[in-house]
Amino acid sequence: MTIIIFGAASAIAQATIRLWAKQGHDLYLVDRNEDSLKIVADDAIARGAHSAHTTVADLTHTDNHPALLNEAIETTGSIDIAFIAYGTLGDQKAGEERFAVAQQELLTNCVSVLSLLTELANYFEKKGSGTIAAISSVAGDRGRKSNYIYGTAKGALTIFLQGLRHRLAHTDVHVLTIKPGFVDTPMTKEFKKGLLWAKPDQIAQGIIRAIDKKKRTVYLPFFWKYIMCIIRAIPEPIFLKLPL
Amino acid sequence: MTYQSWGQYPSVKQDVTHLYWRTDAFPDAQSILPFGQGRSYGDVNLNDGGTIVSTAHLNHLISFDPSTGILSCEAGVTLGDILKVIVPQGWFIPVSPGTKFVSVGGAIANDVHGKNHHRAGTFGRYVQEFELLRSDNSRTTCSPTQNTDLFSATIGGLGLTGVITRATIQLKKIHSPYLNAETLKIGSLDEFWQVSLESDKTHEYTVGWIDTSVRGKKLGRGLFMRANWAEDTTRDITDTYREPRITMPINAPNWMINVPVIKAFNVAYYHKQITKHTTTQQHYDPFFYPLDIVQYWNRFYGSRGFQSYQCVVPVEGGLEVIRTMLDTIHRSGLASPLTVLKLFGDIPSPGIMSFPAPGVNLLLDFPNVGRKLTDLLLELDRITAEANGKVNPAKDAHLTPEYFAQFYPQYKEFSQYIDPRISSSFWRRVTKNL
Repeated sequence: MTIIIFGAASAIAQATIRLWAKQGHDLYLVDRNEDSLKIVADDAIARGAHSAHTTVADLTHTDNHPALLNEAIETTGSIDIAFIAYGTLGDQKAGEERFAVAQQELLTNCVSVLSLLTELANYFEKKGSGTIAAISSVAGDRGRKSNYIYGTAKGALTIFLQGLRHRLAHTDVHVLTIKPGFVDTPMTKEFKKGLLWAKPDQIAQGIIRAIDKKKRTVYLPFFWKYIMCIIRAIPEPIFLKLPL
Repeated sequence: MTYQSWGQYPSVKQDVTHLYWRTDAFPDAQSILPFGQGRSYGDVNLNDGGTIVSTAHLNHLISFDPSTGILSCEAGVTLGDILKVIVPQGWFIPVSPGTKFVSVGGAIANDVHGKNHHRAGTFGRYVQEFELLRSDNSRTTCSPTQNTDLFSATIGGLGLTGVITRATIQLKKIHSPYLNAETLKIGSLDEFWQVSLESDKTHEYTVGWIDTSVRGKKLGRGLFMRANWAEDTTRDITDTYREPRITMPINAPNWMINVPVIKAFNVAYYHKQITKHTTTQQHYDPFFYPLDIVQYWNRFYGSRGFQSYQCVVPVEGGLEVIRTMLDTIHRSGLASPLTVLKLFGDIPSPGIMSFPAPGVNLLLDFPNVGRKLTDLLLELDRITAEANGKVNPAKDAHLTPEYFAQFYPQYKEFSQYIDPRISSSFWRRVTKNL
């Protein structure tokens, strides 16, 4: 299979790429840092990937998306799976003080992703089959004071994916919404880790399984499904009093 | 991930930082020590009052050529991770310690050895090249032909010469993931000696386990394991290793591992084999890494931790020295659940500070019971020193500067290669007032 990965140097993407590499797939890796991208590509080849093409791109430049995708299709011939794994965990406080910061967060974690998804959906719709998998977050399930800017971006992404799934329901295109909970990655290095924290490897295995089983939405690890079910069910008057 | 040493002793206060990519700059802190997987036992991997820089994220392979068995990878990659990739393609780690959960950087920095020391020497001999990142942000490629002084200082250099970012290793060809393994029941130290000398000629991997519960004529009885790689390829080369099946979730109570329990365990382990000689075809994983089955087996010793004692003494008179040591341990009233004896070969180690040397190698583990153990370890040091032997820094938490200087007189030559911003608890301890 040919798999395109956006944000290939992110921790969850790397762990997923390793599993795909072991299965001998053709990989098309996109990320913004050339050095990191080469490190990830070499690793994939050494672990058994059939090929690992690299493209350096800043994905917040949405104007470049059509050309980027065209080049990928031309290079690979055809794409079977598209996996969107990039994102940033911005500074909530800074975003509250200056909207420009929040806007940048929304561009990275939401607007640019929606642009990519639009291009991908059009490609796969024409092709009639394939998989679009994107990493959203449990943070998008309910707004809360500690990270509602990130939550807004991910919440919008979740809704967009839902809509896309509906739109493509008549085809064989599989749209997967991935909602990880707390994951121990460089993105979350400032956090104190507790029992609920998962390793990127666990998340990666869950992603591959969800793609294979054509799931629509997957919480990773699974228990977040129940945690978020409860969080969503808390009546707002009570929720407003919680220190979440 | 906790940033302790494997012996859970001593306990220290240190900051932790990470290298996320091998292209990252040298960390910005006053006193730094590279930290791999925390599998060294004592304090060589600790930096009390300073900062350790974890290489856990440097876990990428760089290249692997299945036709030549040459592997390049980052320093934080573990041997277990490498095995998953190379064994199905017919290759193995040339020299492997008793756990696969060590990093490549750690294996180089401690110039580790294994059950094939008599045939293969140390891990450092198979390192073709590595890159060293120093505090001036220089990156030096070191090999047996390039920057040879830094090369031999870094192999066995205990992480003090810089941060190893990547390395290239020559692997060993295998035809099957299985070994033809034999276990021989040994009745005495003399018999151990004899079997060991014979087996080293016929077998690639040899190691002895000693039952320390007995004295007198039976002293030194135990089990002797030897193996060669299976040549037949009928079994599936892709049989990979199993993940740890059991996890020790928390520290056991300190009283759990006590002298009667250790002695009973020794007797039981000795008698687990009834026949004099067994032969089996064994997968490499349980053969090389029996303890890896239990994740965090070190927690059995409780929160007080444990201390290891590993020494090598010259072959001549070596047997008597080992006898004296085992007797000394008996008289001290302490006991070791895991006692390993092996003859090292005479293949030279490439590192200036490498531990392995020709002779008899003895390894003991003791629950960290305090004063009584400190006295015993000092007594063992005295015996080792008298025999012109030395103690392994990678397992040490007790050596005095005097004995260290005696065991490693080359430390002065080595010192000139130490990075000015790198230090460790071990190094400060053993060079205090020297």
